[in-house]
Amino acid sequence: MSSTAVLINLLALTGLAFALSRDRHKVRQALRMSLKTFIGILPPIITMIVAISLMMAFLRPDDISRFIGEQAGFRGTLAIAALGAVLFMPAIIAFPFAASLLDNGASVQAVAAFITTLTMIGVVTLPLEIREFGRRMALLRNAFSAGIALLIAVVIGAVL
Amino acid sequence: MSQGQPAKPGGQGGPAVGVARGYAFAGAAALAGALLLLRFPAKALPAVSTARDYVLEMMTILPAVMVIVGLVGVFVSKDVVVKYMGKASGPRGILLSIVAGALPTGPLYVAFPLAAALLKKGARVSNVMIMLSAWACIKLPQELMELQFLGWRFMLLRLSLTIVLVVAMSLGIERIIEWGEVRKATPGA
Repeated sequence: MSSTAVLINLLALTGLAFALSRDRHKVRQALRMSLKTFIGILPPIITMIVAISLMMAFLRPDDISRFIGEQAGFRGTLAIAALGAVLFMPAIIAFPFAASLLDNGASVQAVAAFITTLTMIGVVTLPLEIREFGRRMALLRNAFSAGIALLIAVVIGAVL
Repeated sequence: MSQGQPAKPGGQGGPAVGVARGYAFAGAAALAGALLLLRFPAKALPAVSTARDYVLEMMTILPAVMVIVGLVGVFVSKDVVVKYMGKASGPRGILLSIVAGALPTGPLYVAFPLAAALLKKGARVSNVMIMLSAWACIKLPQELMELQFLGWRFMLLRLSLTIVLVVAMSLGIERIIEWGEVRKATPGA
């Protein structure tokens, strides 16, 4: 179990204990809501796991860095930003991978774009986001984030 | 974009049909994935092991998150959310949203149901967007990784740019959403 998992479970248990001491009836109501949310959220999560698993199997980090390392310039930044938007990678892998991109000759600009789109834009998690917030808000957030990522990349590329 | 209603968080509207369609789609995706792996058997092992890792992660995180969502939904009063993250919360609301997002609390998909619950309780659109974005890219443990692998100059620069731009973006999105709602409320305008 990861430390985040421990933390979240601890939080849930403390909350539950506290709530039970306050009002048992409301706790039952809350847990019914939890179950309903869970049933609704499960399908997009299953879809997401399938997509991530296939992606990790077919696209390996060293393949990508070989592909990106060759090209530079803004075109390369756009390509790698798009890649970051589609990919889904835990931070533990993402940062060492970003460092290896730099070592392989990618520009700072490209790496900044990659990290920002990777974390902020989730094509894989988009169905989940749309379910919770509606299409309009989810698409707006992801589109704006893409713009921000490129802006950040250009500034970082210029400064560093 | 005529059905682009921002608020139906929790998905209470017409639940049975929507949920059934969701399960059908998820089943189809899983089937397509399985067929693909049958064509490329060499990829099956890494794919299945990744899937297993994620399923395990979900099993350890998701029940707790659902409990928290339920508790917040029932116990946290509207007034509290409105006070700290609502219209009048101002810069303090923005700061609170950033801090709440940056705490080490798991991956982004955990944040979606929670943020939707806050939105339903009366939090500002911009604050919810800020929290989501902070949750996505200013996580504390993640920043430590960035510091270690990309250096402090890169990290600090990216962090400060991100905070400024995310706040601006979230206020912009709120404007757009509200503008859309006003227009819907007054047809012909």
